[in-house]
Amino acid sequence: MTTEPIEAKPKKVRNFALLSNRAGAAFLTPAGLLVSVFVIVPFFWVIFVSFTNRTLLGRTALNPEFVGLANYLSLFDPATFFQRGQFGFSLILTTQFVLASALLGQALLGLLLAWLIQTVPPWVKRITETFVIAAWILPEVVIGFAWFAFLDRDQGTLNMLLEGLGLPPGDFLLQQPFWVIVVFNTWRGAAFSMMLFNSAFSSIPPSYFQAADVAGASSWQKFRDIGLPLIRGHIVTDLILITMWTFNTFTPFLLTNGGPSYRTELVSIYNYRVAFQDFQFGKGAAVGVIMMLINLAFALIYLSIGRKKRR
Amino acid sequence: MKLTIPAFVGRIAFSALAALIGAIFALPLLWFLFAPFNARAELGLALPDPWTLNNFVTVFGNSYAVQALWNSFIQAVGGVILVGAAATLAAYALSRSSIPGKGAVTYILLLFSSVVSGSAAMVPIFLIVSAAGLMDTHLAVILTFAGGLLPTAMFILRDFIDSIPKSYEESAMVAGASPVQAFFDVALPVIRPGIVVVVVWGFVNIWGSFLIPFILLRSDSNMPASVAIYSFYSEAGTPIVTLLAAYSLIYSLPVIVLYLFVSWKFGFRFFGGIKA
Amino acid sequence: MASVEFKNVTKSFGEFKAVADVSFDIGDGEFVCLLGPSGCGKTTSLRMLAGLETPTSGKILIGGEEVTHLHPKDRNIAMVFQDYALYPHMNLADNIAYPLKVRGEPVAQRHGRAKEVADVLKIGHLMDRLPSQISGGQQQRTSLARALVYPAKVYLFDEPLSNLDAKLRLEARGFLNHLQRDMGMTAVYVTHDQAEAMALATRIAVMDQGHIVQFASPIEIYRRPATTFVANFVGNPPMNLVEVEGAQVDGKLVLKAEGLTIAGLAMTDAIGKALTASGKLTLGVRPEHLGIAAAGAVNTITAPLFANENMGPESLVTVDRGDSARVTARIFTDDHLDLSKVVTLGFSAEHVHLFDSAGKRIPALGE
Repeated sequence: MTTEPIEAKPKKVRNFALLSNRAGAAFLTPAGLLVSVFVIVPFFWVIFVSFTNRTLLGRTALNPEFVGLANYLSLFDPATFFQRGQFGFSLILTTQFVLASALLGQALLGLLLAWLIQTVPPWVKRITETFVIAAWILPEVVIGFAWFAFLDRDQGTLNMLLEGLGLPPGDFLLQQPFWVIVVFNTWRGAAFSMMLFNSAFSSIPPSYFQAADVAGASSWQKFRDIGLPLIRGHIVTDLILITMWTFNTFTPFLLTNGGPSYRTELVSIYNYRVAFQDFQFGKGAAVGVIMMLINLAFALIYLSIGRKKRR
Repeated sequence: MKLTIPAFVGRIAFSALAALIGAIFALPLLWFLFAPFNARAELGLALPDPWTLNNFVTVFGNSYAVQALWNSFIQAVGGVILVGAAATLAAYALSRSSIPGKGAVTYILLLFSSVVSGSAAMVPIFLIVSAAGLMDTHLAVILTFAGGLLPTAMFILRDFIDSIPKSYEESAMVAGASPVQAFFDVALPVIRPGIVVVVVWGFVNIWGSFLIPFILLRSDSNMPASVAIYSFYSEAGTPIVTLLAAYSLIYSLPVIVLYLFVSWKFGFRFFGGIKA
Repeated sequence: MASVEFKNVTKSFGEFKAVADVSFDIGDGEFVCLLGPSGCGKTTSLRMLAGLETPTSGKILIGGEEVTHLHPKDRNIAMVFQDYALYPHMNLADNIAYPLKVRGEPVAQRHGRAKEVADVLKIGHLMDRLPSQISGGQQQRTSLARALVYPAKVYLFDEPLSNLDAKLRLEARGFLNHLQRDMGMTAVYVTHDQAEAMALATRIAVMDQGHIVQFASPIEIYRRPATTFVANFVGNPPMNLVEVEGAQVDGKLVLKAEGLTIAGLAMTDAIGKALTASGKLTLGVRPEHLGIAAAGAVNTITAPLFANENMGPESLVTVDRGDSARVTARIFTDDHLDLSKVVTLGFSAEHVHLFDSAGKRIPALGE
């Protein structure tokens, strides 16, 4: 019997790619596992839990019972829906919070800042940008603490300033908690809109504005007739993103704990209280499901716009 | 260039307005700039009198405070290693292989990552971690953040890799390199700036996070600095505010340094949604 | 060095056929240019030869061995890329020596060899620099050095000069020509620049819409373009093409077009065949074969003057026959031409090319 000489024959390539399908699948596996377990599984698990009466402690912690739509019905119970500390109140509060602090506050302030720093001297731009961005990048706990000190009734910087200007001081965290978190969130997040609009404005060729200068346009006319129409796409992107982020933010908790008496209890904070202070996981899960559905609606809008743009 | 008088006035007004907004943004942070160096503890804005570094010395003498910083570090570094490695491999595959359905994978991941936020999914994340027996461990925080940050990290990196000409790897392969050699010799070094950005972004996110460690960790020995600071100022009793301010400043430093590093190294580029 | 063979090679991207049933042979030591406009399939053909694309059907052979499904690394080829693909994190020495590194050569040896090649290409003094620290021309030579540093069976060039400015491009082209004479390498060179192809190639394959339209020596392609497409693509300015009505009167060929007078063209069987298919023919004359003629002379085109461009050693005179049908003459004189409003351009009958209504060349007498 003769044996064929074993030749180190190069493997055949069916369809050349820089990374073969097999290697590609291997490369995707670690990320796929992590994302599946911590993103995709929670999505479906939260739906499942929302139909049970699971709790943190006690009998139903280990053997939760299927309760159908009970959790949803209790969330949407018309008798209590609008009461403070109930889901409906929280949802309406969050809507107002998103409208006032994200769509009006962050977006408009960001747009104004982005336009202003196009024209001001570099050192003004540098200083303004530094503080606006600092408000955005510093850890949320630090920001919460800084505002806690800033708003302190007796010694806080704000009341010191107001007194200096001859205005009456106030205990704003007690008197106007909603407006405090609106201003707080505007302050915290304006940097994102500013940077997005700033990069949008700087992607417009300067010759467009120079042509308008030659034609005698004022700064306002340039903004309205050239700047704004050309960054329309960026504005839509910005509005959707900051809406989603503001809707999901938990940061105001660090300033107000959701109080006083539930007056700053956004849905994220409501969710936390129901699940981790009242220990009603089933009901908390139902809140999570509703939040995700709202997120899904925004995400689909965002992605469909993104897809159109890519085409 | 000569300016007309109205244009000149307009410029001044613009600058004044920009400076005013900048000042308003600075106000809540001013106290925070001075208090750490003030020997007397108060919430009022005052120039330190006398200036002192004693607060920092005291903070570093507190083993609980130091432990919390170390915990933040472990969690952020652990998370970032996982995110960096897994995102690099996955983004490379999404960009360079022709696996069927990779477009759909990308779309679904993007969708899920924006739908499943920490505040909406806190219940199931808690349940998964508890089912896995990982409650009150660093690993729980590391894995949760790795999963949560990965989709965005993958997109940032995939866009980055897409912008790199394929001719780098092609030329290596034509010259005789195997796919593995081409990946390590050529692709990886060229992708490195993108990986650095993702790693910095991930580090800042985990380092600054509050909610996830707040619900997943129980014992003091595992708490990161964010949770420590929160419990200091929210719990009953008058906190020693100057100490807390000094501690917060130390805790903020890595974020500030990394931010300056990224803007120095890569110029200030806009990374869409650099914050989760 | 080795030969290259394409056998009925097709490459489809979905519905689109980038390369359609292409076959050709390239002999050992030949320098072949694939020439054509963008999207004609020339780059796809080259990439299939390199192994960077896999053909949908057909076979590719290098040195008589089939390589259709071999990985690029197993083909023993060298390639210069349009964007040079120099690794930004390696200095020139490591860039040039990279193919030797993956072949497992020790450091000292591969750096010695890299230096030798770099010296020939006049970049030996830059070995410690990074690609970002050298000029575009030097980058181009570095990418060439990386291809030449090891003995390959075939050398592939993908528009290697297209990122250089005009002056450097001429210099690099001359150097490549010199190199080819020196080494006698088998090379396949993709370009859309007809002058580059004419200057470098031993043979040119002119491609259009996935097909090879003509595969011949540069001189042949210049003298006897197979189609109006080739005639229009090769030559600068391109060949003038004039639509004419043809007829056979008393056994003689009569061609008619606005402003055209022509006589003395022999009637052949081939022309007769083309005429029976359609009365319309295309007449071609290269700009360099046109001159200023007296009004009323035979073998002329007369039309209003459109442009008169003096370029130093030559002048381009363009007349407009209406409907943007323009005819350009390239007249070798360093004097400014003083022309009247209507110009008569003359040519000799031997320089006339005829194409049938489908654009195919009608062989002249004796071809």
